[in-house]
Amino acid sequence: MNTLIAKSKPASSALALAKASNGPSWLGLAGAVICVAWLLLALVGPWLAPHPVGEVVSDNVFDGFSLAHPFGTDYLGRDMLSRVMVGARFTVGLALVAAVLASTLGTLCALVSVVSPKWLDEIISRIMDAFISIPSKMLALIMVSAFGSSVTLLICTAVISYIPGSFRVARSMAVNIEALEYVQVARTRGERRLYVACREILPNILNPVLTDLGLRFGYIVLLLAGMSFLGLGVQPPDADLGSLVRENIGGLSQGALAIVIPALAIGTLTIGVNLLIDYLSSRRSRRTGGH
Amino acid sequence: MTELIRVEDLRVVACGERGEVEIVKGVSFALEQGQVLALIGESGSGKTTIALALLGYARRGCRLSGGVVRVGEHDMLAVSESQLQKLRGNRVSYIAQSAAAAFNPAKKLIDQVVEGALIHGLGSRVELEAKAVDLFRDLSLPNPESIGQRYPHQVSGGQLQRVMAAMALISDPLLVVLDEPTTALDVTTQIDVLRAFKRVVRERGATAVYVSHDLAVVAQMADRIVVLNDGQILEQSDTAPLLAAPAHDYTRSLLAAARPDATIRPPSGIAENTPLLTINGLTAGYGNKNAQGMPLIRVLEGIDLTVRRGQAIGVIGESGSGKSTLARVVAGLLTPALGGLTFDGQPLGGRLSERTPEQFRRIQMVFQNADTALNPMHSVGAIIGRPLKMYFGLKGAALRERTHELLDLVRLPHALAERRPSELSGGQKQRVNLARALAAKPDLILCDEVTSALDTVVGAAILELLRDLRQQLGVSYLFISHDISTVRALCDDIVVMYSGHKVQAGSRESFATPPFHPYTDLLIHSVPELRQGWLETCGATSGTLPPVGARAAVPELCTFLNLCPVRIDGVCNRIAPPRHSLDNGGEMLCHHDGAQLIKTQRGLVVETSGAYA
Repeated sequence: MNTLIAKSKPASSALALAKASNGPSWLGLAGAVICVAWLLLALVGPWLAPHPVGEVVSDNVFDGFSLAHPFGTDYLGRDMLSRVMVGARFTVGLALVAAVLASTLGTLCALVSVVSPKWLDEIISRIMDAFISIPSKMLALIMVSAFGSSVTLLICTAVISYIPGSFRVARSMAVNIEALEYVQVARTRGERRLYVACREILPNILNPVLTDLGLRFGYIVLLLAGMSFLGLGVQPPDADLGSLVRENIGGLSQGALAIVIPALAIGTLTIGVNLLIDYLSSRRSRRTGGH
Repeated sequence: MTELIRVEDLRVVACGERGEVEIVKGVSFALEQGQVLALIGESGSGKTTIALALLGYARRGCRLSGGVVRVGEHDMLAVSESQLQKLRGNRVSYIAQSAAAAFNPAKKLIDQVVEGALIHGLGSRVELEAKAVDLFRDLSLPNPESIGQRYPHQVSGGQLQRVMAAMALISDPLLVVLDEPTTALDVTTQIDVLRAFKRVVRERGATAVYVSHDLAVVAQMADRIVVLNDGQILEQSDTAPLLAAPAHDYTRSLLAAARPDATIRPPSGIAENTPLLTINGLTAGYGNKNAQGMPLIRVLEGIDLTVRRGQAIGVIGESGSGKSTLARVVAGLLTPALGGLTFDGQPLGGRLSERTPEQFRRIQMVFQNADTALNPMHSVGAIIGRPLKMYFGLKGAALRERTHELLDLVRLPHALAERRPSELSGGQKQRVNLARALAAKPDLILCDEVTSALDTVVGAAILELLRDLRQQLGVSYLFISHDISTVRALCDDIVVMYSGHKVQAGSRESFATPPFHPYTDLLIHSVPELRQGWLETCGATSGTLPPVGARAAVPELCTFLNLCPVRIDGVCNRIAPPRHSLDNGGEMLCHHDGAQLIKTQRGLVVETSGAYA
């Protein structure tokens, strides 16, 4: 729940924090700007796109920069700017939903297992270990070949692949917090397990969990891009950033803008998110005197 | 006498978020060769920073910003980093507080002891190892020839501290800096380490700077004392005049706080006769349980204890005696293997899930370390307010009013309610910790070493508060401490634990005069007294013990057998000791009866003259 809130308004809080700090963090600010830009693009991109996503607008394929087509054209002569603006919604949207779900569920399982009796903790941990042993690409390939590719399935695959990692990270921190005296005090006060998990433990592990969320977002963007590159991700005529790279792979030898732009887009997105998350978590730990 | 150390107008700054803050504000002192100087003060007084400056070292985030530090012919602030490296571990050396953290666990002790001297090329390995063995012998380490072949985890904490002293002394340094070298040790271990340090320093004519917060320890070790507070020298003079007639108020408060039982006394007439908590035949421990339901490591063995309503019971013992485990069992954090608890006539479940909300409310626990006992993400108001909401359903204005009442009770300003624990001092945190326990209006508060992590003056203030709260509210305490004078300041009855057994119990008064259990005798006479020469004359020794044969295979044999100065061959190593009552109303677990023990023991001296008056 907290991860959702933190994720949905990075823009305003990040800017406010950047101003409040005595030494402005340019990297953090840059991260915030990049993330806000991508979020806006994902929200309104499809309506602002100058051309319909599937329309062939030029006779020249792999065209370079021009005023009419700032990002050039792709292998069919479609407008790259429009395709990136539409594709951003898939990449950002899918990865965001999947990362938030994976982190939330993973952290939730971790909290449950830490405050539960030992046997339940064992069961949850062993199930997670079993999942962690399956390579994520392999799992994704099997899921797609078994159920066919759809947006829901891609999200499910990414979530299943990344829950165990986030569970492990959250659990190892929660176990340390659970051993601290303020948690013991809460238990001897007769607090219920839910209170101990949500009020005593969760706020103290939220920082690293948020950092982990950022990392996982990056991984999921790459997983989805990889899937699309293999042709198993988002299906035509829709395209995410990964499938844009794949479609235009023919332009690689010519150094076409059509392949550079989506690759750059994936890069800026993952780097921007990591910069922002780093900055936010260092702010948080400074504000609470560190832990 | 030649002057070895001269410090003039030393200034050290720390780089914080709001620029540089001066933490040592122009300190000057001098020391002659062969003397021991003590730097004494509370945490944050700058004593360690000054000691490190003598090595030309500033901790991360700090900078030596001005002044002169001369050690022998070297100006420690002027020489280059590479020259400093040649001096450190050679001409100047350092003994840190925690030997356990200062040793590499993967290397043998002897290798680590000679390593520094080898690097500085002070001799061949064979020569240095022979010298190390001599040092081990001088430091009274057992088996000096072979102890160097062990690894750090294979020797006790007190031994490791002495090995570290050998490491510092092997290069025959001009100056040794000892930074709270015995603070982490039990008192019974500390006395041996202090003796060894003192002898070695005297015999080798070493010049030493001894950093400590404990005036009584310093009185044994130092020729000169420098009293520091807030980075400034308040007073410096030779040890004897400083102890006899301290000039500064702060020194006087330090002297008073060193032995709280000389100034604070438990209130009388609070305890009633009705039992509140009864512990019967309690056995508990950690680790996996065997077929009989017994844990692998037994920490408590057959403990019987009764806390009466309004009574304060002190539990003392060294680390590992099981005193904290006792509190954890009463709090419900550890399930007993055998025996039962009764609280106010009702059985008290061993597990948290077997307890009623009312029992949760009536038993509250206060932990030693206020840093980890308060959730850093909650405000003070939320921390104190939680039990109020939970047990009494308070809301809004009523909640705020009661929170303020509680802050008044522990003598904290109301404004603190908005702050987070990280913005409070150690003493303030411990008060918040207490306020949270009091918020439940408990009948019994379990206090686990509540003053141990605090500076002596702050700790004495907390003790006074606990005493007043008891008088005001009639609450009972189970007060756990390693320090007998702390317990004597607050408690009506005292229980001594050793290795999981209750070896002696009795009233506060009965702990002032013999008979004592042999362990109690060792414990109370190991607490340093505030007079010079105590270390040489105090009765507690680790001298030769009467010889005993092999232990019989009786599980309940006396646990103090191996260290007992009055053990009897054929009795103590054959038969389990009986528990018998004493004439003064107490009880004891020992083969000796009171009359036999009185002959060999001295009373406990509580000084009420001189500095205390």
